[in-house]
Amino acid sequence: MGDHHHGPAKGLTRWLFTTNHKDIGTMYLWFSFAMFLLGGFFAMIIRAELFQPGMQLIEPAFFNQMTTLHGLIMVFGAIMPSFVGLANWLIPMMIGAPDMALPRMNNWSFWILPPAFLLLASTLFMEGGAPAAGWTFYAPLSTTYAGPSVTYFIFCIHVLGLSSIMGSINIIATVMNMRAPGMTYMKMPLFVWTWLITAFLLVAVMPVLAGAVTMMLMDVHFGTSFFSAAGGGDPVLFQHIFWFFGHPEVYIIILPAFGVVSQIIPAFSRKPLFGYDSMVYATASIAFLSFIVWAHHMYTVGMPVAGELFFMYATMLIAVPTGVKVFNWISTMWRGALSFETPMLFSIGFIILFTIGGFTGLMLSIAPADFQYHDSYFVVAHFHYVMVAGAVFSMTAAIYFWLPKWCGRMYNETMGKTHFWISFIGFNLAFFPQHFVGLAGMPRRIPDYALQFADFNMMSSIGAFIYGASQILFLYNVIATIVAGDPVSDEKVWDGAEGLEWTLPTPAPYHTFETPPLVR
Amino acid sequence: MTSQTSAEYEKYYVPEKSRLALCATAGLILSIYGASGIMNDMTFGDPDEATNSWSIFLFGMFFFAATLFSWFRTAIRENIAGLNSAQLKKSYVLGMFWFIFSEVMFFFAFFGALFYVRNLAGPWLGGEGDGGRMNGLLWPSFDFAWPMMQTPQEAVGGATTQVIANNGSFTSAHTSMSFADAHVWWHWLPLWNTLVLLTSSVTCHIAHLGILKGDKKKFNLWLGITVALGMIFVYLQIMEYYEAYNEFGLTLNSGIYGSTFFMLTGFHGFHVFMGMTMLLIQLLRSVIGKQFTATDHFGFEASSWYWHFVDVVWVFLFLFVYIL
Repeated sequence: MGDHHHGPAKGLTRWLFTTNHKDIGTMYLWFSFAMFLLGGFFAMIIRAELFQPGMQLIEPAFFNQMTTLHGLIMVFGAIMPSFVGLANWLIPMMIGAPDMALPRMNNWSFWILPPAFLLLASTLFMEGGAPAAGWTFYAPLSTTYAGPSVTYFIFCIHVLGLSSIMGSINIIATVMNMRAPGMTYMKMPLFVWTWLITAFLLVAVMPVLAGAVTMMLMDVHFGTSFFSAAGGGDPVLFQHIFWFFGHPEVYIIILPAFGVVSQIIPAFSRKPLFGYDSMVYATASIAFLSFIVWAHHMYTVGMPVAGELFFMYATMLIAVPTGVKVFNWISTMWRGALSFETPMLFSIGFIILFTIGGFTGLMLSIAPADFQYHDSYFVVAHFHYVMVAGAVFSMTAAIYFWLPKWCGRMYNETMGKTHFWISFIGFNLAFFPQHFVGLAGMPRRIPDYALQFADFNMMSSIGAFIYGASQILFLYNVIATIVAGDPVSDEKVWDGAEGLEWTLPTPAPYHTFETPPLVR
Repeated sequence: MTSQTSAEYEKYYVPEKSRLALCATAGLILSIYGASGIMNDMTFGDPDEATNSWSIFLFGMFFFAATLFSWFRTAIRENIAGLNSAQLKKSYVLGMFWFIFSEVMFFFAFFGALFYVRNLAGPWLGGEGDGGRMNGLLWPSFDFAWPMMQTPQEAVGGATTQVIANNGSFTSAHTSMSFADAHVWWHWLPLWNTLVLLTSSVTCHIAHLGILKGDKKKFNLWLGITVALGMIFVYLQIMEYYEAYNEFGLTLNSGIYGSTFFMLTGFHGFHVFMGMTMLLIQLLRSVIGKQFTATDHFGFEASSWYWHFVDVVWVFLFLFVYIL
């Protein structure tokens, strides 16, 4: 039983009952890609409606359901599970462990996700439709004015939280307990470091979100008044609790992306990462700061001036460790023997576009200026530069970078580069004009807009369709690689790649490091 | 960089494929689907229309509980069969530690709500500070005090005379749960609850000292006492709720005071019940299953950490919900 190298079981039960970190990682990745396409489909509906001013295709109520589900599915269904999938595949291979620390729980963390999202998406067909209060589901929109779908939504959030907490506990236990002899903390690849810190953030804030939705549930069904001033509560309390979760959440999304880029840039610069120690400390600083900046999402809600100032200065501080990171990536490339394969292109795209998103974030952090930008399309542009060009670009880079290692076949480089350029152009065409319409006063989350925003919105929609279409090319390239890509057998698929996972045979066997390697 | 050598590495046990995760998923999803249905029937549904929400919920919960039972049984049997290396045992330790940390953060959300309302939102509603000016117009004659014995809604004459955001009727209690409202100190249940729970933490520790020396008799006795004290706590808590609802008029509808009181003590009480169940199972494992030795008793150890954790939460509850 389990003594020798054996392959996977046959048939469907391999996937249903598996305890193997690679199988579970694969399932996470495919699931998140499916959710990415679903959330992207909702985005296409939104952009189609906004193609021209006036009400064109859908009802305003349905538009609200689309923005809500697009946000929820992209954040909780696409980006977060995709990085968990990457962590499952890579962390054991990077630290020389036989598997994740708690393999059965690992499988459970995955399998509760698909039915939870199925339940959430099915509310679209319920009487009254899906939740429509935005992905931030502020009270009282989500309590006093909630329909039956909000109950299903609340329990789905509980399940997603459970999945994230179990997944994170697994990652923390794996990293703390399963490192190969000699793999000290400060020798760990940066991807492992960023995930360790991310997992800590998840364990700390997902329960807070669970608390917030539990209060909503009680307000809706059991007559409590957490978010109702009539009973002595406060709707703004919801925003405080939500963003106490929500701000660390955006670092939960971006920190693993930092980790990925910190693996890829050195590989294609053929130089070690510049400033490894400072990268680790910068990641930890960002994680710490993420707990004390939440109210910068709520400058216009009527806080005392002292609060506004504190959150403004604390937020600006985040630019320092983030700047350290960007500096280190660029210094890594400085005088390196650069080559520009697809993963490197996406990583460089990440650095440029994420930095733009970071700068607009700095603009938004200025409380008096935010009074103008708040809830405008400028905010939409800002967070899509961070979420899409940040998290999704780095995830795409990661797939191109490690896919050959996983399946022993090389993707089509021309198609990969084409994918990059189409997404790069499509993305910028979609979101760069949104800065302008936002600064000019176009509010977010509306199905119709004033005539002067028409041209930029049409550009935005065309860009979004291009970016959306480029993902089909990506899907095709990945499937073509797995089915019929050119075989690669070098242990190091990329000549500049360093780390334990590149010492394993290609494709990576079903079980790896059953006895740990020695790291010197 | 590497070489595949390790002479005396004790293999890390990776279980073969297992049905447990999928069964637990089925149970969990059925439970939440049923629970959502029950609540929607209650709030939005037609009372004459029969639904099967309760059946789905109960079936889901039963299936979930049965799966968890089977899951823990499997894990215990693996340990008894000697499959767990020292390294694997450490994974369980880390898992339990971070699970308790997540529980701490869950309570943190509710304590945060309490502090926010008591120190910021409440005074603003009463008209204090820059933010209070508008509230003074919306809720004239509302004065903030804690425990809040009159909701803003009552201050303006009840739900019918409230101008905006009418989402139910919030009527306050006439007596609070604070010490100030207790007739005589020995009738004040929270004090007894505190004594019971603090004592149970000590008895739990004595049981731990017993098993560390391999003294099973001492272990069983003091663990039994701990479980009994846990039951007494839950019983007293039920009595307190009965008193609150039937004598003091304090309910979930009693504005933010009732909301925070019942949610904080309620979730704590639920966690005490969970912890007590965990300890009871350890007791049964020890007495009936003849399990646990001086060096191998992680099931008990994890449950005892959980027990100390609910104890610490109670200390904060006692301080911030009942006394201050």
